[in-house]
Amino acid sequence: MTSVVTRPQPPSKPKERSSGKIPTLALVAPSVIVLILWMVVPLAMAIWFAFQRYNLLIPDNREFIGLGNFIFILTDPALWISIGTTLVLVASVLLITIGLGTLLAVLFNQDFPGQGIARVLAISPFFVMPTVSALIWKNMLMHPVNGLFAQITRGLGLGAIDWFTDFPLVSIIIIVSWEWLPFALLILLTAIQSLDTSQIEAARMDGAKPFALFRYVVLPHLSRAIAVVAMIETIFFLAIFGEIFVTTGGGPGLATTNLAYYIYLKALLEFDVGGASAGGLIAVVLANIVAIFLVRSVASNLDT
Amino acid sequence: MKTNNKKSNQWLIGLLGWLVACILFFPIFWMFITSFKTEAMAVATPPQLFFKPTLENYVAVQERAAYFNFAWNSVIISVGATILALLLAVPAAYAMSFFPSKRTKSTLLWMLSTKMLPSVGVLVPIYILGRETGLLDTRIGLIIIYTLINLPIVVWMIYSFFKEVPKEILEADRMDGASTYQEVAYVLLPLALPGIASTALLSIILSWNEAFWSLNLTTFDAAPLTAFIASFSSPQGLFWAKLSAASTMAIAPILIFGWISQKQLVRGLTFGAVK
Repeated sequence: MTSVVTRPQPPSKPKERSSGKIPTLALVAPSVIVLILWMVVPLAMAIWFAFQRYNLLIPDNREFIGLGNFIFILTDPALWISIGTTLVLVASVLLITIGLGTLLAVLFNQDFPGQGIARVLAISPFFVMPTVSALIWKNMLMHPVNGLFAQITRGLGLGAIDWFTDFPLVSIIIIVSWEWLPFALLILLTAIQSLDTSQIEAARMDGAKPFALFRYVVLPHLSRAIAVVAMIETIFFLAIFGEIFVTTGGGPGLATTNLAYYIYLKALLEFDVGGASAGGLIAVVLANIVAIFLVRSVASNLDT
Repeated sequence: MKTNNKKSNQWLIGLLGWLVACILFFPIFWMFITSFKTEAMAVATPPQLFFKPTLENYVAVQERAAYFNFAWNSVIISVGATILALLLAVPAAYAMSFFPSKRTKSTLLWMLSTKMLPSVGVLVPIYILGRETGLLDTRIGLIIIYTLINLPIVVWMIYSFFKEVPKEILEADRMDGASTYQEVAYVLLPLALPGIASTALLSIILSWNEAFWSLNLTTFDAAPLTAFIASFSSPQGLFWAKLSAASTMAIAPILIFGWISQKQLVRGLTFGAVK
């Protein structure tokens, strides 16, 4: 008891550096407020519209219809086809970009003459705007008559492939993969470079073969970066739009209509505000499922 | 023997590396080449690699006064959105990295989560808001949207750069009696300038290439280059050489920005998860 009384007063905790003088809240608030508005206002409007029959072409016919839009959209086969297309598109491009990206990252991590320039060339496609990429591929490479691919295959006596008619979704997958492979390469290469070289040397000393080295040293080191790439790409791939817009316009039929394009068709071509809002909310839910994983993975790496 | 083996291995790796690089870069190279052909040469069979280059496409594109309208829109919108995002983000990042509170981590993560909101989900409300406020097809409208889209990335990136500024330097400065303003203006900002610059570059790159809102919210007045290039898709016309010239001009500045800042971009693109 007495010991407590006689214990010397702890020196008062040194004041957190002049933080009292800095209005930290006021500095953070503007960013937070605009982002809250950006999130809440459109989402609230989408929810509000989703429960109404509301077409911009016949605005007078506007009324509250409960779950009508959701029932209509969810029983629309086109929605399910477009969700299927979205999943195929996302999964294929993820597989291609991460698979090849990992291999290329290992390749570009080696020293070879002109390595810097080669790397710059390899990552360039990522900086090309989607509409330009899509048109290069559509006109100059995949065009069935004058495209380079057709000219080459015809030159070899193989005939030409009409890419966007016969393999529309594959064509889109190729274009998007070309745009995003450099992204995976860039991120994974950076991650590989942070690998401790002494670790590799040690493994090599122990007689590890290159493949074993890759499998048991490099790949585990990359796993986090791969997860991050996969999730960031997924977020972008769920919303692929420009590439489809300028090449196939969602067709032929519904072959390349993904969820984003489906909602666009409902919204800006049919002017069906209610239906498009309901579809939009479905997209939000889908994206959020992915987002939860991404935020968790980033959070575990954050030290404040 | 062994060194010889190693050397030939290195040659193989070099060959493979360059092969991959050339394949990936080829479409851009082909577009660049095509931009110096006449329209007839551009669609010629067999495709021509050696030809007498012409600048007529560049002249033709420049002569269409509208081209500058689109290019100028791209510049104004991406630079405008970047400045606005920096003005909002730098103070926030400063407060959060130097005076972290209990809420800092969750605030940062929440900001990141706003990035997950898919654009299509709010296409209709934004379109209607734009129509009601008269911001549809205006540069201001796109500037506001791009600022909001990029703000989380910009905050995160600057936050991570501020985090790397050694606290001792600021400490020493304060001992010398520097005011907060002096400390920020003369010590912190100069130290963090390279980081802020690469953040700005990333924001410009992302805004310049954005092709969802620009295609959906603009028709002509505020249409940036993404929308202008997209307009080449509708007539299956044989304007490939002109399209190539216009595309080359549209991507050149961003390609160069990307090359300059590739290393720092990784951090922004992964929200600091990979450095």
